[in-house]
Amino acid sequence: MLKNSKRLMLGLPYYFWSIAFVIIPLFMVVYYGVTNRSGSLTIENITAIAVPEHFKALLLAVRLSVISTIICFLLAYPLAMILAKYGKGKSSVLVMLFILPMWMNFLLRTMAWQTLLENNGVINSALSFIGLPKLNIINTPGAIIFGMVYNFLPFMVLPLYNSLSKIDPNVINAARDLGANSVQTFIKVTLPLSVPGIMSGITMVFVPALTTFVISDLLGGAKVLLIGNVIEQEFSQTNNWHLGSGLSLILMFFIIISMIISAIFDKDGEGSVI
Amino acid sequence: MKKVMALLLVTVMGLSLLSGCGDSGKGKNGRVVVYNWGEYIDPETLEMFEDEYGIEVVYDEYETNELMYPKVSAGATKYDVICPSDYMVQKMISEDLLREINFENVPNAKKNIGAQYWEQSEQFDPGNKYSVPYCWGTVGILYNTKMVNDTVDSWDILWNTNYAGQILMQDSVRDLFMVGLKRDGYSANTLNPAELEQVRDELIAQKPLVQAYVIDAVRDKMIGNEAAIGVIYSGEAIYTQRENPDLEYVIPKEGTNIWIDNWVIPKNSENPENAELFINFMCRPDIALMNFDYITYSTPNDAARELIEDEDIKNSEIAFPDLSKYQGLETFDYLGQEGDELYAGYYKEVKSAN
Repeated sequence: MLKNSKRLMLGLPYYFWSIAFVIIPLFMVVYYGVTNRSGSLTIENITAIAVPEHFKALLLAVRLSVISTIICFLLAYPLAMILAKYGKGKSSVLVMLFILPMWMNFLLRTMAWQTLLENNGVINSALSFIGLPKLNIINTPGAIIFGMVYNFLPFMVLPLYNSLSKIDPNVINAARDLGANSVQTFIKVTLPLSVPGIMSGITMVFVPALTTFVISDLLGGAKVLLIGNVIEQEFSQTNNWHLGSGLSLILMFFIIISMIISAIFDKDGEGSVI
Repeated sequence: MKKVMALLLVTVMGLSLLSGCGDSGKGKNGRVVVYNWGEYIDPETLEMFEDEYGIEVVYDEYETNELMYPKVSAGATKYDVICPSDYMVQKMISEDLLREINFENVPNAKKNIGAQYWEQSEQFDPGNKYSVPYCWGTVGILYNTKMVNDTVDSWDILWNTNYAGQILMQDSVRDLFMVGLKRDGYSANTLNPAELEQVRDELIAQKPLVQAYVIDAVRDKMIGNEAAIGVIYSGEAIYTQRENPDLEYVIPKEGTNIWIDNWVIPKNSENPENAELFINFMCRPDIALMNFDYITYSTPNDAARELIEDEDIKNSEIAFPDLSKYQGLETFDYLGQEGDELYAGYYKEVKSAN
């Protein structure tokens, strides 16, 4: 009895936190999402996703975030393998180097890229100085993908590194002893064992990429409308919280699906970041 | 149910506020909570006010009228002084969110602010009961004389293919559509779908020429020669010219939006007397002049204008244009919820077009 109440006491800050900042806001989003301005129930805000502009923005967001997730995965997997292969001491410095940029504010880093990529920006000045053609990437979907990959790459590397470094080297050795070459070992042993990390890495890149509006505003010149931008506009410009919440619910549906998938593959929480 | 939601909202917002309100430097005569546009005041004037009246100034900023409005209408934070634009003042009056100002406590307002501005305010604040003009200006074209060879006197330049990828447009619904509406000779307050659809199509056709849709960044991009032409508020023009002398500001011949930002006191203000003291202080000529020097937005304070020493600035056609020379100048009206949503729909279509 005493033990139970103690546990409750210790959990109190957490309960308070999740009720005040997760449960209540979530409940409010649902409430706004299923009502209209006069307060009566409606599904209009949710079916509004079928409006061509909204649907197009959703598809574009899905497309860009899938592309970014794939690029992140292709970049992160070899890197995570290298990190996992090095001894503990060395790799922790390398991992540190990777986390370091994340200590800087996400907005600042994205704005820095804006300045770097601009038509008369640092990169283009350097390119034209050595006689190379200019890079016209700013304010295009390409720049948005670039920003997504840059910002979310660490979220892919860390879970992959975590699950790869947990693979017992003896398993790899056994595979090699039994005659598998390095490609076979990779496909039959390493890759399947790292699936939890892959799944949680994919979720952790895909979800923020799908919902971002800052990256498309800053690097896309606000010329590319993603579903995140539509929702942001409903809250900040049009002041229609109901529509914004309804569209958020649609987005939440995608997020829940990807979280379920990641939970199925990652039962032991192996791929978690820390 | 709605009450419960409002209560929850207030609780959540209140909790988040707790973290921000820890500082102790209390003025002996209470405080005044000011909510103003970003970079829209000389911070020194706030300190002077604190020293003179012993009232602590709690200062908060916003980027657009639309971001300010929900915070004030939800009543989560009780502000004492806010600085909305014309159409937003109209909206807030219509929703009974503002408090009548007791002008006996604000003698500087009627004394120093020019009659023409009070007259202009009548359009959104009949009888001048709720608002005191703080800054005003126009929306126009800023262009780089080194990069633009054509004469710039019309909104048409923004559709000129010679400047593809060199054009900056405003990323807010009303300002974006105003450009198209004025170019076609329509009212910037139109609710006629045919006119709006025509403008929508023209804005979509213009989109490939546009480098980016931005708000505050027009200034930096134009200073940095990143773009040749941009739509900008007149108040930014003097600042940008100081930084980059190649820049020139023009009010297009088809007309444009003329706007006034005004001090108002919300109905739920807890320190209305302090708010009136604050507004009165802001209308003092020397203070208005300090603010004008700092933010370079045109002041309606005639007494302050008289104090400007630099004759070029005092008679600047940018800061103090002779409005009788221009046609088609129009102040934004509040269009009602349906009007706002009509514009928002067309705006989304422009933004999502390729």
